Amino acid sequence: MNDIDARSRIRVPSHAARDEVVQIRTSITHPMENGARVSPDGTPVPRRIINRFICTFNDQRVLDMDIGPGVSANPFLEFDARVPASGRFYFEWQDDSGAVYRDSASIEVS
Amino acid sequence: MRLSRRRTLTLGMAGAAIAVLPVRGHATAPQTDDLIARFTGGARTVSGQLTLTLPSVATNGASVNVSVDCPDAVAIRLIATANPTPEVFTVAFSPLAGSQRISTRIRLAESQEVIALARMPDGSFAEARAHVSVTTSGFT
Repeated sequence: MNDIDARSRIRVPSHAARDEVVQIRTSITHPMENGARVSPDGTPVPRRIINRFICTFNDQRVLDMDIGPGVSANPFLEFDARVPASGRFYFEWQDDSGAVYRDSASIEVS
Repeated sequence: MRLSRRRTLTLGMAGAAIAVLPVRGHATAPQTDDLIARFTGGARTVSGQLTLTLPSVATNGASVNVSVDCPDAVAIRLIATANPTPEVFTVAFSPLAGSQRISTRIRLAESQEVIALARMPDGSFAEARAHVSVTTSGFT
């Protein structure tokens, strides 16, 4: 299967106070092909979506999301995380083909 | 089990009825009920704690802003009752989640009721519903 040029964008503050709640925004370029479309030549376009998103801080889970074809192309998410210490947020997007896309950002607690 | 003539006829009619029903191209009520039941285990839901934010009119069904927020929830499920696949997402919040809120953009196939469900730490469930009028389908 030809691969998708899935480019992620994340927005995480660089600094926070201990236990501060920060807003995180993520998006990834992905067609979220819902499996219901038919191409112009009449053949069905197979489903290929991001079906799971996981956010972790260091080795602790923040949130885990099961995603269906009802989420728009280039899935965008905005959520909050508590920052217990300096460390790194890890983001993981899994798609139907088995491809896993990753990104991360560090945050400094002062 | 022996099939009597009457029973065979009854089964045949029931089969015909079932065969006709799924012709509708979107989720039927039983599908929605099933999605709710698989999340709640059949428990009663209450309204009030869970906030579901959606526009009442969406001109472009391919990208509709949605936000769910339910303080202290452990998980939230979003169901678009008339989508080809009604389950939009289910999100589980861990203690490091700074709130129990998430915003994203969703596809809506047609005008419909959208349902959000939240599982609370004490095992109870919250529910919120919103009707969205869709001008252009998000599934084309």
